[in-house]
Amino acid sequence: MTAAELKSQFPGVTERPSLDHPAVNVAAADIPALLQHLRDAAGFNLLADVTAVDWSEKVSPRFTVVYHLYSTSQHAYLRVAADCPDNAKPSVPTVSHLWAGANWHEREAYDMFGITFDGHPDLRRILMWDGYPYFPLRKEFPLAGIETELPDPEVVAETGVKARPAPMAGGPFVASSGEMNLGVAEPRAKDESWNERRPKPEGSE
Amino acid sequence: MVSTNTELSYNSKIEGEVIVTRADAVVNWIRSNSMWPMPMGLACCAIELMASAASRFDIARFGAEVMRFSPRQSDVMIVAGTVTYKMATSLRRIYDQMASPKWVIAMGACASTGGMYRSYAVLQGVDRIVPVDIYISGCPPRPEALLDAVIKLQGKIRREPSARKLFTA
Ligand code: SF4
Repeated sequence: MTAAELKSQFPGVTERPSLDHPAVNVAAADIPALLQHLRDAAGFNLLADVTAVDWSEKVSPRFTVVYHLYSTSQHAYLRVAADCPDNAKPSVPTVSHLWAGANWHEREAYDMFGITFDGHPDLRRILMWDGYPYFPLRKEFPLAGIETELPDPEVVAETGVKARPAPMAGGPFVASSGEMNLGVAEPRAKDESWNERRPKPEGSE
Repeated sequence: MVSTNTELSYNSKIEGEVIVTRADAVVNWIRSNSMWPMPMGLACCAIELMASAASRFDIARFGAEVMRFSPRQSDVMIVAGTVTYKMATSLRRIYDQMASPKWVIAMGACASTGGMYRSYAVLQGVDRIVPVDIYISGCPPRPEALLDAVIKLQGKIRREPSARKLFTA
């Protein structure tokens, strides 16, 4: 299945540069029709993944939704990518009616990136709690997190606990790849000069 | 142990059916030898917790083999794994539902400090939401380390002024 073959049916499809599997770009509105065609006529019967990319606030289109299809008869993968037309309110049509498994994948993409999937039967957060105000995998969200109230008022009143930014202390933790000595290869913060009690030195990266 | 002295311990001829001891010693002896764990298995550390309960390590030797999935019936909460913020409030509720006296073991790097998960989603140490008695280092700790924590907790319980708490509360 190549982009050229698909183009006859879906004129909007273009080839997408890819280092591994064949990949195509498609307009967001054509996603359900294209994926249904791929599933029923081209044998890509397994939806391996639905995920998304945030290219950063400065780039437009900012969000791209990515589908990984697998054909269990041809043993081939195909990647389908679609840019979300609106940067502020990204949304694409759902494919949860084609693959039941898309339901949770789309919920995860919504939870992490805030991309809504139109027509999804139950678009709730799946990893973070209901009412969490941020989308953690967006580029502007810091890895350490942002101070947030927890959803259980009784426990909060009793303990005063909050979701607080994690002490990064030189993190994120990075493993030294290719290192065979496990003592060195173990993931560690690159700058351990500061921690929760000792503040980060002025002017350090 | 070789000893010619046979009169050191309880002697029914001398003491009849009476044993003299301290209330603390009796209460603590009972408590420390039947600590029923609340297995708060949240991530990979829970696998080591399960191994500790199985035949090779056999946590039953310390009276802590009765894993209770009802907080009402458990004495020590073993937090084995990564505590996410989403789970943290439920964890505190389960702790609140446990009957006193109760203790908490933070098993592993994640439960003790958040471990390698310095991220928006993970509580940076379960001691931010429940009082912890014993911390175990390791990722994951060996079952022996958990057994060591159980022994240390027994030692801690044996030093508690339980009788005073019982009769003054
Ligand atoms: S301390 Fe290590 S083994 Fe234990 S839960 Fe955390 S990551 Fe898993």
